[in-house]
Amino acid sequence: MAVKVLIPTPLQKFTGDQAAIECEGSTIAEMLDALDRSFPGIKGRLCNDDGSLRRFINFYVNSEDIRFLDGANTPLSSGDEVSIVPAVAGG
Amino acid sequence: MTQTLAPSCSRSTAAMFTGLKCKECGAEYEAKAVHVCELCFGPLEVVYDYEALRQTVTRESIEKGPNSIWRYRQFLPVETDNPIDVGTGMTPLLQANRLARRLGLKRLYIKNDAVNMPTLSFKDRVVSVALTRARELGFSTVSCASTGNLANSTAAIAAHAGLDCCVFIPADLEAGKVLGTLIYAPTVMAVQGNYDQVNRLCSEVANTHGWGFVNINLRPYYSEGSKTLGYEVIEQLGWELPDHIVAPLASGSLFTKIHKGFQEFVKVGLVEEKAVRFSGAQAEGCSPIAQAFREGRDFITPVKPNTIAKSIAIGNPADGVYAVEIANKTNGNIESVNDQEIVEGIKLLAETEGVFTETAGGTTIATLKKLVEAGKINPDETTVVYITGNGLKTQEAVQGYIGEPLTIEPKLDAFERALERAQTLDRLEWQQVLV
Repeated sequence: MAVKVLIPTPLQKFTGDQAAIECEGSTIAEMLDALDRSFPGIKGRLCNDDGSLRRFINFYVNSEDIRFLDGANTPLSSGDEVSIVPAVAGG
Repeated sequence: MTQTLAPSCSRSTAAMFTGLKCKECGAEYEAKAVHVCELCFGPLEVVYDYEALRQTVTRESIEKGPNSIWRYRQFLPVETDNPIDVGTGMTPLLQANRLARRLGLKRLYIKNDAVNMPTLSFKDRVVSVALTRARELGFSTVSCASTGNLANSTAAIAAHAGLDCCVFIPADLEAGKVLGTLIYAPTVMAVQGNYDQVNRLCSEVANTHGWGFVNINLRPYYSEGSKTLGYEVIEQLGWELPDHIVAPLASGSLFTKIHKGFQEFVKVGLVEEKAVRFSGAQAEGCSPIAQAFREGRDFITPVKPNTIAKSIAIGNPADGVYAVEIANKTNGNIESVNDQEIVEGIKLLAETEGVFTETAGGTTIATLKKLVEAGKINPDETTVVYITGNGLKTQEAVQGYIGEPLTIEPKLDAFERALERAQTLDRLEWQQVLV
C-alpha cells in the first residue's frame, strides 16, 4: 500500500534532497514509522517525544488537513498523497 | 544540525540584525531564506543587537529619517542603505472623536492603513521589507499566497523593483482585489480552494521552485515589517505608548509584531514602559483564535472559513497561539463578530470618521464596539484601533446595505421635492422611490 509523501525543504536533507517519497502505511502514524525506518531521525523532527505531532506542522491527505479527518489515525489508501507542511503566515 | 552564524559580509554599518532564531527552541540560523526551525519546526525570528541600537538610534535620528517605514530601518532586517521605498508607512493616526462619542470612549485613535501606499493596505509594509530582503538574497522571482491584499502589494512593489512575480489567490476573491493585482501584470494563479489550501500549495511550490515567497521562505523578514505599525503609533502619540490596542487577527502575525515593536522601543529606551492591553478581532465565520482564547486553549483547532471577511479568513493561523498568549498576558481580549456586525462596523467608521475600510476593518470596529459594550475597554484608556485595508477593494460586502443615490430630473423643483422627502423619509426607503 504505497502512498506518496511530499517532504518539506527543511527535511529534505534526510531524504537525500528528494521532495517526494513513496512510502508504506495504512495510517499517518504507520506511515511516519515507515518513513523513519527509511530515513532514521526524520520522525523525531515531526513528532514530540511522546509521539504526538508537533504543533507547527500540518499534515494533509489528498489536500485535506488531518485535523478535519482522524488526526494521526487518519487511514491511508494506495495512491494517496500526504503533504507535510510547516505553518506559514500570510493574508 | 544548527547552522553556525556566518561573519557579516558587505553589510552596511547600519544593519543591526545578526541572524535568525527559533521562537520555540532557540536554535540559531544564518539570515538566509529559511522560515522554520529544522529541529522543531517552530517559526524563526530575526535577532537584533539591541545594545547597539540603544547606542545609535534616538528619537531625533528617527524624526530626521524618510517619511516612510524606512525611518525605522535599523529595526528592520535589511542590510542595504537603499531599500525599496515606495512611500510605504507613516499613515495618519486620526483622533476619532465622533466615533469615540458614539461608543462612549474618551480617547480613541484610528491608525489608518486604508491609505497606506502603494496598494492601500498594511501589506505594503511587510512586502517592502520582504522584497528588499529578497533582492539582497539574490531572488529574481517573488511570490506569495494571498487573500488579496498581499497579492496587490507583492505585484505592485515587484513591478516597481523590476522583479518577476507570480501570486496565488483563492479563486473566489472580490473583483477589486483580483483587478488590483492583474493591473501590475504578474502571473496570477487563481486556485480553486480556500486560503489554507492556497498556502499549502505554495509551500509545495516553494519546496521545488527557487522563488522568494514573501510569506513562506521570506516570512521572518516579511513579518518584521508589521512592527512599524507599533513604532509609528508611538511616534505619532508624541513618543508614548497607548493603553489599549485593537487589531484584526488573520494569521496572528500583525498582532504579535505590533507587540514586538512596542517592546523593542521600550528596550532601547525610545519610549517609557507602560502596560498596553492587546485585543484582537475575528469574524465569527473564521474565528479559530477567538475560540482558543475563549476556551483557554494553548493550541489552535483549524476551521473552514465561511465569512464575508475574506482578507482575514485564515482557518489555520500560524501565529494564532502567540496571539492568544499576548492577549492573555496583557489582560486583553479576543472577540468575534458576525457578518452583519462587520457590515455595520464598516458603515459606522465611514459615517463617523470618513474612513472607508474593508471587511477586516469592519470586523475590528464591530469588535471594538462589542468590547466597549461589554465593559472590556475603559473609557479613559487611550485606545488605538488598527484599520488595515481599504473599502474600495471589497465593495461587494456593503452593496445593498448603503442605500442608493436619489435620481432626479435636472430641474430645481425636482431637487426641492427630493430634498424634502429625503429629510422626512428614512434613507433606506429611498432605494425604491422614484423621485
